[in-house]
Amino acid sequence: MIKCKTSKEIGGMGHSKKRKEDARFIQGKGNYVDDVKLPGMLYMDIVRSPYAYAKIKNIDASKALEIEGVIAVVTGKDLEKYNLHWMPTLMSDTQMVLPTDTVMYQAQEVAAVIATDRYIARDGKEAVIVEYETMKPLMDPFDALDPDAPILRSDKEGKSDNHIWHWEVGDKEKTDDVFNNADVTVKQQMHIPRIHVASIETCGCVASYDKVKNHLTMYMTTQAPHAIRTVIALVAGHVGLTEEKIRVISPDIGGGFGGKVPVYPGYVIAIAVSFLTGAPIKWIEDRSENLQADSFARDYHITAEMAGTSDGKIQATRFKVLADHGYTDASANPSKFPVGLFSIGTGSYDYGAAYMEADAVYTNKPPGGVAYRCSFRVTEAVHAIERMTDMFAKKVGKDPAQLRMENFIKKEDFPWASPTGWSYDSGDYHAGLKLAMDTVDYDGFRVEQAAARKEGKLMGIGISTFTEVVGAGPSKDFDILGIKMFDSAEIRVHPTGKAIARFGTKSQGQGHETTYAQIIAEELGIPMEHIEIEEGDTDTAPYGLGTYASRSTPTAGAAAAMAARKLRDKAKKIAAHLLEVSEQDLEWEPGKFFVKGAPEKSKTIQELVFAAYTNHPEGMEGGFEATHYYDPPNLTFPSGAYICIVDIDPETCDIKVRRFVAIDDCGNIINPMIVQGQVHGGLTQGIAPAMYEELIYDEAGNILNGTFMDYLVPTAVESPSWETGHTVTPAPHHPIGAKGVGESPTVGAPPAIVNAIVDAVSHLGIKHLEIPVTPFKLYKELKAVGYFDKQEA
Amino acid sequence: MKSITLKINGAEHTAEVSPRTLLVHLIRENFSMTGTHIGCDTTSCGACTILVNGRSVKSCTMLAVQADGKEIITVEGLATAEGLHPIQEGFHLNHALHCGFCTAGLMLRAVELLEKNPNPTEEEIRWGISGNLCRCTGYNNIVKAIQWASAKMQGRELPSTEPEFV
Ligand code: FES
Ligand code: FES
Repeated sequence: MIKCKTSKEIGGMGHSKKRKEDARFIQGKGNYVDDVKLPGMLYMDIVRSPYAYAKIKNIDASKALEIEGVIAVVTGKDLEKYNLHWMPTLMSDTQMVLPTDTVMYQAQEVAAVIATDRYIARDGKEAVIVEYETMKPLMDPFDALDPDAPILRSDKEGKSDNHIWHWEVGDKEKTDDVFNNADVTVKQQMHIPRIHVASIETCGCVASYDKVKNHLTMYMTTQAPHAIRTVIALVAGHVGLTEEKIRVISPDIGGGFGGKVPVYPGYVIAIAVSFLTGAPIKWIEDRSENLQADSFARDYHITAEMAGTSDGKIQATRFKVLADHGYTDASANPSKFPVGLFSIGTGSYDYGAAYMEADAVYTNKPPGGVAYRCSFRVTEAVHAIERMTDMFAKKVGKDPAQLRMENFIKKEDFPWASPTGWSYDSGDYHAGLKLAMDTVDYDGFRVEQAAARKEGKLMGIGISTFTEVVGAGPSKDFDILGIKMFDSAEIRVHPTGKAIARFGTKSQGQGHETTYAQIIAEELGIPMEHIEIEEGDTDTAPYGLGTYASRSTPTAGAAAAMAARKLRDKAKKIAAHLLEVSEQDLEWEPGKFFVKGAPEKSKTIQELVFAAYTNHPEGMEGGFEATHYYDPPNLTFPSGAYICIVDIDPETCDIKVRRFVAIDDCGNIINPMIVQGQVHGGLTQGIAPAMYEELIYDEAGNILNGTFMDYLVPTAVESPSWETGHTVTPAPHHPIGAKGVGESPTVGAPPAIVNAIVDAVSHLGIKHLEIPVTPFKLYKELKAVGYFDKQEA
Repeated sequence: MKSITLKINGAEHTAEVSPRTLLVHLIRENFSMTGTHIGCDTTSCGACTILVNGRSVKSCTMLAVQADGKEIITVEGLATAEGLHPIQEGFHLNHALHCGFCTAGLMLRAVELLEKNPNPTEEEIRWGISGNLCRCTGYNNIVKAIQWASAKMQGRELPSTEPEFV
């Protein structure tokens, strides 16, 4: 049980408060972007390229313009007149808004049709005739490095290859040395495939430009409204849209997971058309457009190696990555981190040498490199380290749980300096794994497995004990387009003791309206029911970098606590004044200050707030409000121990997850119900890439599964019944000791599942399986090792 | 254009619609009931699920003209003067929604499921809602919510709505 400092009525940290936001959603009164309807609004639809690489010979819009209700067809040439045909990506690369001559990936935006209704816009789109001259696309990232490969980004001056950047971290010499002298080494090439966040709400916007006021209101599905406002100002400042003339409103968002961080061409075209016509422009993409053109996640090819002693001590890791970024580097990473936080890949283990390098290339695939419910490339790193740990255990003949226990960083060794430069804040990895093992009955399953193998049954047990890194981040290292990644909170308490608080983050389902209110309730003792939370309007909220990478609780949550503490200090001064004692004589208990030794002499927070408006001490500023911009001193390092039990049908190779126990440590817990819900959801987004999801392209650049018919988002049938639990190791540097949790399970689950599947078939000689592990893939591997011959014999 | 008359959440409506108008657009745009959502273009996600004459239907895959003379219930019509429908309570109390985008469709699907099978097993619930995608919740709590609503509708003892966190 979690101990709470506040009463149930106040509802501070640790209470499983039901969510405040639910009321509108369960009654159909949410307000998502497609629900926004403005007078005179026009609809936009987008003509997309059927080819992955082609020259545009001609765009003939005449038939489209003949259709009644089609107002305009906009092409790259039209935008070029205003210098709006290119835009920067968040990684300071460049991206076409609409092409003037060449298309670089299938489903790329080619022209936009504006019409009075969405059906007519679609008719117009079908009627636009585009003539292309196709070229052979470059689809394989390894081919892209070939010196003879065509240079895709010839638009960039002086670009003579397809290489984007090189990155490295760690001590190469020392690591090579350990590898050269190690008893045991293991090595595996693996691909973390291209996948898509596929939030159930797609992306869209309503851009509404008021010509008279020279003011743009942009309703848009964005996880980072303030950052977007700044980006719009950077892109369109030269036509007079400066930042104070732009208001970005992020209404209710139907899931984000990283896919709603970037700026997509559709947004920019909508703004441009609204700017030119003065009419509000609505653009809502289809699911298929969303899957085919919006930012992908992952797509890392990793060569992973581990070295150690024959008795099972890990000594070093070496990772080499080739990152396929598609047409442009449109990742959503902090500027100084082209591979995100991949360097967390030394994992939860204590060893001194590691070296990691990565190279990124352009190909003719859609751009991206966003999160998929993961903190900046941590999933890729965790998959590599957790697979290698199992492979290493196998090679030295140790039980994978035992080997992990022996190699974990010990709880007394925190803060721990990792060989790639992180300072892990806290953790208790032994306790987490022990709890997971006890909960699932690990030893019992090993006994069952031995018996099952004798009967020819395939069942496996997989472990993943991962360390996450979230809460970006400290301003000395973390920025996006130069803007430091702090976050903010502003609290206003009204005279009657009820409050509104505003944030620079934006919930997409995480439940901020409830959890932020609980943080403030914890600090001020005002019941959380009486604290309204508002996010997503750049005109009212303080500047912040938004919600992604599990950063909201570590940054904005901390800002809320700090702002509330400023107010509590003020309340204390008022209490001293009213009770005629000195501040030192006062003691706080949630909801009131009382005089030490005389608890009957007290003032409630409500009385003190009222006094701030009616009877504040001379010389003190009136009112009761505070703002805080929180610059975290370090990142936070949540961790988890996951154990998965799978059964494999020996005939169909169908894989069933029988049990999955997830023990998470996200530090102090604000709302256990919401944390558990986040873990459930993250786990389903963990099984998805492990077993079902992958965006597949053929050599001609065609996407083979660009709709929900064949891109397999797990349903309630594929998703197992998750078992969850927690340990608590507070973040020592964080005001409320919280670490963030939204993404841990997505990061930690895939290797637990794959390790279990490999474990089920390892005695047959299978060492590794690439994700997604589908029954057919497994069948081919089993056939290759002669499994079915033996069965028949 | 064709004139159609239908009942939505108990109230009679008429509309002039073009034959190709999808039912979901009629509901969302003509009648401004935006609680019914659109999440795909291949009848895969179920965000648009409503009840048509008591049967759950993906309204993105039915034409408005086909709804002529039908009785429709959308999420806006689930609650009554007495209060929330048990399925709405179940979703709220069991934290069965995060972003809320899939919620209306799942609740309406569950209403039909419970009508046909008032005491479903977990397995039956999972298969029963397998035409609806939720990207946020991992489904555990949706299953719990439907079980809770089942208990409430059958007058059984209500299951705990506390999270089981070891
Ligand atoms: S909108 Fe996806 S099934 Fe109807
Ligand atoms: S709650 Fe977000 S899709 Fe289900």
